[in-house]
Amino acid sequence: MFLTKISGYPSEILNFDAYQEEKIMPQDQVRQFLDFEKPIKDLLDEIELTKERTEKTKIDLSDQVAQLEQKVAETRKNITGNLTDWQRVQLSRHPDRPYTHKYIELMTENYVELYGDRNIKDDKAMVGGFATLDGQTVMIIGQQKGSNTKKRQLRNFGMANPEGYRKALRLMKLAEKFNKPIITLIDTPGAFPGLEAEERGQGEAIARNIYEMMRLKVPVICVIIGEGASGGALGIGVGDRVFMMENTWYTVISPENCSTILWRSWDFKMKAAEQLKLTSAKMKEFGLIDGIVPEPEGGAHWNYSVAAHNLKQQLIASLKELKPKDPQQRINDRIEKFSRMGFWEEYKQ
Amino acid sequence: MSKEIEDFDADLSGAGQDKDKAGWFKRIKKGILTKTSEKRETQEGLWTKCPECNYISTQTELKEQQYVCPKCGYHHRISSLQYYDILFDNQEYTELFTNIRGRDFLGFTDLKPYKKRLEDFWSNTNMDDSMRVAVGKAEGEGLVVAAMDFAFIGGSLGSVAGEKFARAVDHCIQHRLPFMCICKSGGARMMESAFSLMQLAKTSGKLSQLTDAQLPYISFLTDPSFGGITASFGMLGDLNIAEPGALIGFAGPRVIKETIKKDLPEGFQRSEFLLEHGFLDFIVNRKDLKHKLAVVLRHFRN
Repeated sequence: MFLTKISGYPSEILNFDAYQEEKIMPQDQVRQFLDFEKPIKDLLDEIELTKERTEKTKIDLSDQVAQLEQKVAETRKNITGNLTDWQRVQLSRHPDRPYTHKYIELMTENYVELYGDRNIKDDKAMVGGFATLDGQTVMIIGQQKGSNTKKRQLRNFGMANPEGYRKALRLMKLAEKFNKPIITLIDTPGAFPGLEAEERGQGEAIARNIYEMMRLKVPVICVIIGEGASGGALGIGVGDRVFMMENTWYTVISPENCSTILWRSWDFKMKAAEQLKLTSAKMKEFGLIDGIVPEPEGGAHWNYSVAAHNLKQQLIASLKELKPKDPQQRINDRIEKFSRMGFWEEYKQ
Repeated sequence: MSKEIEDFDADLSGAGQDKDKAGWFKRIKKGILTKTSEKRETQEGLWTKCPECNYISTQTELKEQQYVCPKCGYHHRISSLQYYDILFDNQEYTELFTNIRGRDFLGFTDLKPYKKRLEDFWSNTNMDDSMRVAVGKAEGEGLVVAAMDFAFIGGSLGSVAGEKFARAVDHCIQHRLPFMCICKSGGARMMESAFSLMQLAKTSGKLSQLTDAQLPYISFLTDPSFGGITASFGMLGDLNIAEPGALIGFAGPRVIKETIKKDLPEGFQRSEFLLEHGFLDFIVNRKDLKHKLAVVLRHFRN
């Protein structure tokens, strides 16, 4: 209890297995639905009603239920098949989506969370620590969002301050010292634009991370698991392999902010999302990422285990590929890979 | 003499002619008689008003002062070429990589297609993109200088600037020369979407190679340096230096104000603020820039 007094955080948060509080699967709680997910909600409600009716009337309606469940699966598939870019952005922000700690919990064992940047404080928006993935120790770091209002505030909506990026770098250096591969899970609407953040050098912190990640001697794999906005994402996003989960986005600015700057109004966010070409499919097409990790039908929030399993398989395969390489070769390849990005034309004057 | 002074009393509205109205002012001479065709126009851009202290100076005077207000020391925003003239001995330098320019790979359209935007800037300015690279000597010290132009789409960092920066680093490594970048930019170029974001990684990766070659890199931050610039090469200098009073930061002041819903303190995100918080090695007046740079480069070399 004395810890509560010292740090000023509510006592429930100071639980050293803080991530455990976000364990509940969406199936066990009240699900939340986006506008375009409405057809699924209607079907689920119908199933619920049919089940109630079965209990009341004692008539076996299991065929009907099975049929409806089949329909739910189809609808989920159809919905993710025909999403607009803006809807995919919405899906990446789905309140039921799994966050970093959820993936760590489902993919790894023996997770030891490490706190603090050794300078100012511990940034709750950036989490990380050692864990065992498929029998090998890895350092796993990522932005963490909260699952309810209170936790969202604690996690600052996944927007890290400079100390968050410095904490991430400290953990990466620690991993490098003990020759452990690094995995980063990115999910942020951007680095926090606050007064203290500027005083403590938000730009410098991100720049330092990008620079140092380029030079890490161990394999680095980065995955966008939700939102990948701008420097805030790239601050932990430089790696030998960069992947995106299927329903995520990654670009230089959020569609809303792009709309306010270029269209001078908040109303063009859908158009901005379209123009920015920020989806995983487009990013793969441009060669800016190395691959897409498939999500369960309807999105990762419909089945955490499947999402985590798919990601885990990808991570294991990539580590197997990267580990045997010479460290200097890996660094050279990493720099070379990012150096190729861009489009320009050469012309004679 | 007295008649000339009368002109000042003339009622320009002409109402003074009406004797029925109480005549506080009387028009003695007729109004302005100069024909429009005889009117001598002052040339555009001959005078410049200092935005800080409102002091009015002529262009020639300002140029002699290297575009620093003679009264209050305000540093006017200048172009890459003007910086080259200030920095390089006898204003002699060679511009490198002049044959690269942008293209609209994504087909990005906001209020104007990106392609059209580029074409307009190409025809209205003498620039290919927001960055130039030149090699020359400052007080005899050879160096490569990348300089950004705010006049080209807000100095935004896109693929072309990223590529020029990368080639400049390669040039430095090949010829064993120090590297300096004059930052002046609003941030990454949104019209190039994720490609512009990746320039942060690209430029930082190249600076890592420069470090391995043990060559110095100096980041010179000028007004304004924001967003992707401070989140990459702007803050990665062996020395980070700045001009006095330059606005430097990651998030723009307006965004911060909206987020925290409080007024920002005076001098927030100015060079002096950054120096106080430990992010700059020193602030240098434009007039002293060349000499101080040469001194530093000699320290690195000897």
